[in-house]
Amino acid sequence: MTATTFRIWRGSRGKGAFTDYETQVTEGMVVLDAMHQIQAESAGDLAVRWNCKAGKCGSCSAEINGQPRLMCMTRMDELPANELVTVEPMRAFPHVRDLVTDVSWNFEVKKTIRKFTPRKPDAPDGTWRMAQEDVDRVQEFRKCIECFLCQDVCHVIRDHHKHDEFIGPRYFVYTAALEMHPLDTEDRLRDLKEDQAIGYCNITKCCTKVCPEHITITDNAIIPLKERVIDEFYDPVVKLVRLFRGKKKT
Amino acid sequence: MAEYERVEHDVLVIGAGGAGLRAAIAAANSGARVGLVCKSLLGKAHTVMAEGGAAAAMGNVDDRDNWRVHFADTMRGGQYMNNWRMAELHAQEAPDRVRELEAWGALFDRTTDGRILQRNFGGHRYARLAHVGDRTGLEMIRTLQDHAIHMAIDVHMEVTVVQLLKDGERMAGALAYDREKGRFKLFAAGAVVLATGGIGRAFSITSNSWEYTGDGQALAYQAGAELVDMEFVQFHPTGMVWPPSVKGILVTEGVRGEGGVLRNSLGKRFMFDDIPENYRPQTADSEEEGWRYVMGDKAARRPAELLTRDHVARCIQREVREGRGSPHGGVFLDIAWIKERIPDAAEHIRKKLPSMYHQFMQLANIDITTTPMEVGPTTHYIMGGIRVDGDSQMSSVPGLFAAGECAAGLHGANRLGGNSLSDLVVFGKRAGEYAAKFVSTRGRGTPAASEADGAVNRALAPFDRAGSGEAPYAIQHELQRMMQELVGIVRQEDEMKRALENLKGLRDRARRVAAEGNREYNPGWHTALDLDNLLTVSEAITRAAIERKESRGGHFRDDFPEKDSQYAKFNIVVRKAPDGSMQLERRPIPPLPAELAAIIEEQQT
Repeated sequence: MTATTFRIWRGSRGKGAFTDYETQVTEGMVVLDAMHQIQAESAGDLAVRWNCKAGKCGSCSAEINGQPRLMCMTRMDELPANELVTVEPMRAFPHVRDLVTDVSWNFEVKKTIRKFTPRKPDAPDGTWRMAQEDVDRVQEFRKCIECFLCQDVCHVIRDHHKHDEFIGPRYFVYTAALEMHPLDTEDRLRDLKEDQAIGYCNITKCCTKVCPEHITITDNAIIPLKERVIDEFYDPVVKLVRLFRGKKKT
Repeated sequence: MAEYERVEHDVLVIGAGGAGLRAAIAAANSGARVGLVCKSLLGKAHTVMAEGGAAAAMGNVDDRDNWRVHFADTMRGGQYMNNWRMAELHAQEAPDRVRELEAWGALFDRTTDGRILQRNFGGHRYARLAHVGDRTGLEMIRTLQDHAIHMAIDVHMEVTVVQLLKDGERMAGALAYDREKGRFKLFAAGAVVLATGGIGRAFSITSNSWEYTGDGQALAYQAGAELVDMEFVQFHPTGMVWPPSVKGILVTEGVRGEGGVLRNSLGKRFMFDDIPENYRPQTADSEEEGWRYVMGDKAARRPAELLTRDHVARCIQREVREGRGSPHGGVFLDIAWIKERIPDAAEHIRKKLPSMYHQFMQLANIDITTTPMEVGPTTHYIMGGIRVDGDSQMSSVPGLFAAGECAAGLHGANRLGGNSLSDLVVFGKRAGEYAAKFVSTRGRGTPAASEADGAVNRALAPFDRAGSGEAPYAIQHELQRMMQELVGIVRQEDEMKRALENLKGLRDRARRVAAEGNREYNPGWHTALDLDNLLTVSEAITRAAIERKESRGGHFRDDFPEKDSQYAKFNIVVRKAPDGSMQLERRPIPPLPAELAAIIEEQQT
């Protein structure tokens, strides 16, 4: 058991300051345990958003020693020993109180993405057949727990505040899951290019690094979507073919 | 008069896990204007934690399966305490509800011929659980959430209901506060669907998150609805036991479904030592036969590790008590051993149990592909809850419906793994449809203003005591420790009577509880308000457990260790008496119709 100091951001609506709290750290403890202990010992009204405490719901996102992480999956023994631990709210979203931010923008963005639209069932029993290898890559995207750490770390959102123009890595993963779904028939490429600014992403892969589910966001979701957008709208061969056939762009 | 924002809906759904979302979708599809209240953010409810799968007799893996077998398995697992109509509807409708999820975008694991793959689970005769690795619940809640956001459903996130409001005898709405600002909302609604989940937070070792404080059960009880089967709490046999901070976190039954075995400190597979008589015909005679079953040999029977959860939990507790436990007070769950039987075992384990692999790697520094896990029982689920009509899911209060864990009936004395996720979608849909129908025939009521004012005043009272009253955390911890110790997995009359005395004391302390700070996102205040519900459900569990002087399913009494046929004839109903005290009644179980009795008979062997 060792006494550890936590420097926690306290305050409301962006106004506030760091406050130091000391608490005992025991074997196997995670940062979220320390926050709960501090609530029970000395700061009964410390605002923390959390649910499952098992890395499955994605509620307890915060910045620990400057890194976007889940508090419930950050073990104390992986942080530098005998050093102060800073805990701050995510910076890419409006502040509510202490460690809690207003993430509602994310939920609004999701509604703007065209919904899953399956082809008609084509198996004799009125359902579909799908091979495991065809669902594998989409299942990777569907592991997402919507913790929004990828949104938090993305410089387009965090530093350039393009919340109104850009949907962020979470929703490129979401769109990729729909576009690569074996049954889906909808086309979301024009939206990606024109309304969702996929071009703003310059593949620095910060999102992939912070993903607690280890989804290869950039390589498996964003780059393939970028390629599809390029093929659809910028490929010179396709353009020529279209010109001769007189076919309108879809 | 108290200040609150007034919001109107036809149907108000409280709780946004699988059952609440499915109810909201059904009500909206019926043309109702729907409000959906979530205690947390949308998509974070406990359904995300469900791992193993959704039980539905589709027969994709074993064509001998059909609804009749599923019905009989559910009734046997529930020790015939079940509401048989619910068990029947559930078995019949689960396959359609699962296929519907696929039509809404869910991607289940596949069979080699491209259909939905199904896996083995405790108490299910055939491979029956549609699944996605070990994150089936996440797939379900996300599918329902992503479907619902494109419908006419108003979502109220981080809003907690403190009281249901009536108009005379009928339901008319609810009073709630939002976490962010602490402002009150009065929901006026023609019907209310409760889908608030469980009560795990009444115990100290639990797989449940902070939200599961028995809200639905307590709100319904306070509104005059009947609760039933509250003595039947499921202690899941395999929760993590080490390190201390993760104690109770679930280790999916899927580990055993994929061939994981339980061993004591002597290295013995102790589950083969004690196989209950009524499961003997379906349980493997040898470890060898058990392995063949895991590998899909249809002639083989289930390994003893896949007996029902209540039984496995007690066997684990016996091993620990008799000194054959693991270093941290559990037993060993070993999946790594399958490397003796199959090539690429480590890869297979990571593929079939990815979140278990990560959970142990990250939280306990254990690689489950090489090292056995340490596991022990954890409070997981309550079979009891709000008594509802099997078809409509309406409670004894007109206009008040319930679905999912907070409702009772389907699971009887013990729930089979996998029957919960299917429960959510089967009865969520029914509750939503019947709630919408109730509103279209009966219209809306008017919530009584005096009730709403009273609720606001009670909710604000902890602030009035700031500086003088007690903080809520200590009271909550003490309640949890006390329930775990005195009304836990093994129960006794004198201990439970002591628990009732302690509950009185804790209730007195809860009346003096204080909240510091202001109303904005204040966890101290929220914990103070949750105490009432925790105390109500704890009392109901304890009283019902004292009343049932036998052992059956999830309810085990050291002083009455056997089943007693007299107790097979009734459920225990709990309700609030006119004087405010808690009243119990032994309610006879209606006889099974001949055709259902015949199914149970034919499935005995």
